[in-house]
Amino acid sequence: MKGAEILLHCLQKEGVDVVFGYPGGAVLPIYDALYDSSIKHILARHEQGAVHAADGYARASGKTGVCIATSGPGGTNLVTGIATAFMDSIPMVVFTGQVSSPLIGKDAFQEADITGITLPITKHNYLLERTEDVARIVKEAFHIARTNRPGPVVVDLPKDLMEKIIDFEDTDDPVQLRGYRVMKGVNSGQIITAAEMINQAQRPVIYAGGGVIASGAAAELKEMAEKMKIPVTTTLMGMGAFPGVNYLSLGMLGMHGTRYANYAIGECDVLIAVGVRFDDRVTAKIEHFAPNASIIHIDIDAAEIGKNVDVNVPIVGEVKEALQALIPRLQTREELSEWHQTISRWKDEYPLRYGKSSEGRIMPQHVVEKICELTQGEAIICTEVGQNQMWAAQYYQYKEPRTFLSSGGLGTMGYGFPAAIGAKIARPDMKVIDIAGDGSIQMNIQELGTAVQYKVPVIICILNNHFLGMVRQWQGLFYSGRYSFTDMSHQPDFVKLAEAYGAVGIRVTKNEEIEGALQAAFQVTDRPVIIDFWVEREANVYPMVPPGGSPLNMLGGEDDE
Amino acid sequence: MNKHTLAVIVENKPGVLTRVATLFRRRCYNIDSLTVGTTENPGISRMTIVVEGDGKVIEQVIKQLYKLIDVIKVIDITSESAVDRELVLIKVKADNSVRADIVQLVDIFRARIVDIGRSSLIVEATGDRGKIDALEDSLRPFGIIELVRTGKVAMVRGTK
Repeated sequence: MKGAEILLHCLQKEGVDVVFGYPGGAVLPIYDALYDSSIKHILARHEQGAVHAADGYARASGKTGVCIATSGPGGTNLVTGIATAFMDSIPMVVFTGQVSSPLIGKDAFQEADITGITLPITKHNYLLERTEDVARIVKEAFHIARTNRPGPVVVDLPKDLMEKIIDFEDTDDPVQLRGYRVMKGVNSGQIITAAEMINQAQRPVIYAGGGVIASGAAAELKEMAEKMKIPVTTTLMGMGAFPGVNYLSLGMLGMHGTRYANYAIGECDVLIAVGVRFDDRVTAKIEHFAPNASIIHIDIDAAEIGKNVDVNVPIVGEVKEALQALIPRLQTREELSEWHQTISRWKDEYPLRYGKSSEGRIMPQHVVEKICELTQGEAIICTEVGQNQMWAAQYYQYKEPRTFLSSGGLGTMGYGFPAAIGAKIARPDMKVIDIAGDGSIQMNIQELGTAVQYKVPVIICILNNHFLGMVRQWQGLFYSGRYSFTDMSHQPDFVKLAEAYGAVGIRVTKNEEIEGALQAAFQVTDRPVIIDFWVEREANVYPMVPPGGSPLNMLGGEDDE
Repeated sequence: MNKHTLAVIVENKPGVLTRVATLFRRRCYNIDSLTVGTTENPGISRMTIVVEGDGKVIEQVIKQLYKLIDVIKVIDITSESAVDRELVLIKVKADNSVRADIVQLVDIFRARIVDIGRSSLIVEATGDRGKIDALEDSLRPFGIIELVRTGKVAMVRGTK
């Protein structure tokens, strides 16, 4: 069998049914094999589109995303997408073509050292040296990508080794890696200590993140919270890990979190951190973060324990296993009246709110609220990065895990739309909506071609303020309103652009038109739709912890401004 | 700042040194010295890394090293009873008037002269860091032309 055929055989064995990619010289043998394969290949319009789509597919489905690109520029165009997946711990296996083995190191045409380039942004990577190793490496790559703390793995495949024919006999040998073991079990002593601490807590808070979703532990999280009536705040990556509509939900915490979530963190006596990494956008100044709390930290990655904050009770292990061990040791609590009263008071006093437009323009937050209302919180929402991302986190009530897809760690503009394509392919039963900004959407707008070709009916809602809004907001607040290169008034007509690609384009400039436009978009089942919402140009994301400030001292959002 | 000596057992594969070095650079850990060589098992290499940092930093270094797939085991042997050795080659100026003095010094340090040139000598010595430092200091007044140290290798004493 040819190396390329062995590769596809191994992909099928891993349960891969769809790959996202872009062909080129060095991957010709792989594409030749794909021609006869039952694996579905989605042709992106740029390698970055392919890799984000594979990422969106992985996030929406919980499976491992797969993507293929050629050597040199094909590989380097993937870098942003690989780094995006790495920062957010998304399981992905990325195959890159490489120049033929004898040419490696000779600066051949379209040669780039992709294993070297991706070393710090992959969980692991491989440069194939012998066709005989294909089966073992593919098996290891998938095993590494999806187990423990998930992450992207790159496999670099020299062209000649994909062409080479060898006698191939498939085996079912298990993966053998001396330096990598799948985590099993949790330390029961630590569980007992943690349970005692939680049982005695008067003002506990759960701080839940992406690890809950990765571990499939949303049900356990809900059970624990409800058993002990513990309020839950989630990180951006944790959106959907706990239902936003639950009475115990505090929404998101951190820089653009709710005031009540940040106040609760400030006042809590026991903080139960579950599948989180104490990111700077969450903690702000670390000294001000949960100053009165004993901290229990559950995470599968031992290196996260004590990395950013000192914790009292570290529990290293799969979140699901840890919570399952913890729950039976927790007392059932009827109420935590004093603490809940304090929190309700904060909720009443400081709800998320936004002002009215002075010129009768649409408020972007209102668009997100409308999307939430019309989809009943049951769509998959992808976001770009910036104001659109924060409003999508604040004003949409997520009910289920894997319904909020956003580049949390790396903050990649241009992520949302291709991710939405991947998500819709993974979950055709769900409405998939990309909440975008006019800046971000232009970073991967070419993927309209992909979505039209494969009849992927995703809806792009551009909150169009004709600005790079988040940067403009910071320039307004911290750089004396000097809007340096953030005015994006010069932009294409997004409606005509959509139509040029064969998609549907709708422009909305009045509040009364919002619902009709969304309803019309929901009816389209065979192509993507762009809704270009012209919104208030200088609306800000509030409340906000100013950089270097304390989460107890948030800016804005106190009254209608 | 404390210096810690880590014995890092790794897969003997291409690129492993790069992975370790990249990790240290990316996380801003200070490598004092790093040596790598094969072991009794041809599939396994052993690195001895001397790294600066307080307890918290070293804990992070060890945990981050463990995240590399090719790292099999990390042992902090700083507080263990261990034998550690370094090898140095020093080319020192040595005309006839000082040659005898240098030879005497070399004897005291149980070092060896491994090359004799017209106006220089190459001295080879092995020992722990203190001894090598002392030898270097003693030879400096004569004029060191060139010096190379291997960095430390270390092994825990006894059967452990």
